Amino acid sequence: MHAVKLDSLTKVYGKEKTVAVDRVSLTVEQGEIFGLIGPDGAGKTSIFRMLTTLLLPDGGHASVDGFDIVKDYAFIRSTVGYMPGKFSLYPDLTVEENLGFFATVFGTTIRENYHLIKDIYVQIEKFKDRRAGKLSGGMKQKLALCCALIHKPTVLFLDEPTTGVDPVSRKEFWEMLKRLKAQGITIMVSTPYMDEATLCDRIALIDQGKILSIETPQNITNSYPDKLYAVKAENMYALLKTLSAYDRAADSYAFGEYAHVSFREAINENLLKDYLREKGLTGVELKEIDATIEDCFINLLRK
Amino acid sequence: MRTVRFLLQKEFRQIFRNRAILAMICVMPVVQLAVLPWAADYEVKNVNLAVADHDHSTFSQQLVNSITASGYFRLTGYNGSYQEAMHLVESDQADLILEIPAGFERNLVRENQQKLFVAVNAINGTKANLGGAYLAEIIKNYNQRIRTELISEAGEPIHVIEITSSNWFNPLMNYKVYMVPGILAILITMIGGFLSALNIVKEKEVGTIEQINVTPIRKHHFILGKLIPFWVLGNVVFTLGLIVSWVIYGIIPAGNLAVLYAFISVYLVSVLGFGLLVSTFCDTQQQAMFIMFFFMMLFVLLGGLFTSIDSMPEWAKTVTRFNPVRYLIEVMRMVILKGSGMKNILYHLGIVTLFAIGLNSLAVLNYKKTS
Repeated sequence: MHAVKLDSLTKVYGKEKTVAVDRVSLTVEQGEIFGLIGPDGAGKTSIFRMLTTLLLPDGGHASVDGFDIVKDYAFIRSTVGYMPGKFSLYPDLTVEENLGFFATVFGTTIRENYHLIKDIYVQIEKFKDRRAGKLSGGMKQKLALCCALIHKPTVLFLDEPTTGVDPVSRKEFWEMLKRLKAQGITIMVSTPYMDEATLCDRIALIDQGKILSIETPQNITNSYPDKLYAVKAENMYALLKTLSAYDRAADSYAFGEYAHVSFREAINENLLKDYLREKGLTGVELKEIDATIEDCFINLLRK
Repeated sequence: MRTVRFLLQKEFRQIFRNRAILAMICVMPVVQLAVLPWAADYEVKNVNLAVADHDHSTFSQQLVNSITASGYFRLTGYNGSYQEAMHLVESDQADLILEIPAGFERNLVRENQQKLFVAVNAINGTKANLGGAYLAEIIKNYNQRIRTELISEAGEPIHVIEITSSNWFNPLMNYKVYMVPGILAILITMIGGFLSALNIVKEKEVGTIEQINVTPIRKHHFILGKLIPFWVLGNVVFTLGLIVSWVIYGIIPAGNLAVLYAFISVYLVSVLGFGLLVSTFCDTQQQAMFIMFFFMMLFVLLGGLFTSIDSMPEWAKTVTRFNPVRYLIEVMRMVILKGSGMKNILYHLGIVTLFAIGLNSLAVLNYKKTS
């Protein structure tokens, strides 16, 4: 049985019939970390809200743990853990009271499932009498994860858990997810950060409600069809303009301090360098690189 | 039931942590009940009277004396001409002008008849109305007295119908006795309605309802968990209000307290249901606040607190039938002033029960865990 199964799931909003989720089909295996990667407005949150029974789909089917999200919503509510993108615990209750409340609501106690949250909870335990609203962003995140875990869910849905969290906390957070995976919990996580994609077992690239690709991160980068080069010059703007005018290049775009340029076939690097110098660019550097998830995403979008 | 218990524990924790709400619950009934009844007084006193006396006789003196002795009027001008008195009205120093014609005494004795002229400044409707009525009453009594004197001098028998009245249930016609139960009724309604409406919308606004909705908490558990705390608070406020009206105004309910509490219990359920219903339509506390204010204004003005429902036009009377506050104000006055028993308020209790069932059912139907 698949942990999560979506079968042409569709969600349409409002009078303008904006299609937020467009016939999305995918499966998540038990015990894997599945990433939903896409920009803001891609439909990630809508998918999460449908899977956690907060939103009714307008088409298609989906099941979590074999329970239908429409018919068997009551079962899903007692088995899954959900951490919304926005902090939604009681800010006027203390850390301990929040955790205790969500434990009792699911008919369990903190002690019963303490082993699940121990690693995370010890980090916030010294603030257990502080009100949740007075915690820092990273602490809130940890508390929210504890509350989503306290009833030992079979599937954990994390909607953009690392948005707005500093890089160190983000790294810690992903390590926690790996430990949870080791305990046999299926995790479905969404993120707009492409660099986090490689930390998932499998990812789905999603844009404008449509799935672009579902693969392991390795396979996605391996299947990048073109040759990719990172180019640098003193005048970045002129470089980008020159590259986009270069008709032998398949695609070019800014990527951090470099410009990435792709070619259908391998090229003579010196020829490209000469061409750029001819156009008056100085300090040209060029190297062949492996595609990242972000390159693959851009490539898929341009198609 | 276990779930409800945990929800209640959480709810009470949050309430006791919210100082603003606690202060509102304690201070609002005390302050409002201590201040408002003194100001919301229908009795018109200190009506400013200007007299234009053209007669300057013993009779005109007696008449003016009996007017000022009544305590309702303050003589602000004793003029020789109507024009002078009119100036006082124009400069807002007089509300009424009494013009006593020349030859007042002489004509009264000789011809058994005389006319007085009263001019009323009608800018303040209530004051003008009541001031005019008081003045007419005093003049009538004065007239009676003169007739009695004159006729008895002539040695003829007197036939006078004397009217004496007694005010039941409020012998001294003390307006505070009448206003305090009404104000308390409004207080209960405001606190119950606003607290429940704002609380649930706050959960929506903060986003906590999202987290609650993915738990196995049942809809009716959640709603019970919200209604019970505010029901308890409503009763606390009511008790506080009764104590305040006893301490400050010496009002002790003439009827049975149990009858009063029985009615309040049901009434609170209906008001909380109304707040709940409003909250299901709103996404922000601001929206909820405005909607509640709109209805509160209607409830208060069409509740019979300030203006008698009997004197409203027919359509307004029909509207008041759908106003729960109207029934509470009536029952409060019936039980506290008149000492009515359960039997007398059964009709009101029945209607409020219908409100409670209807409003809460609508609210529960409209509250969705899934959008």
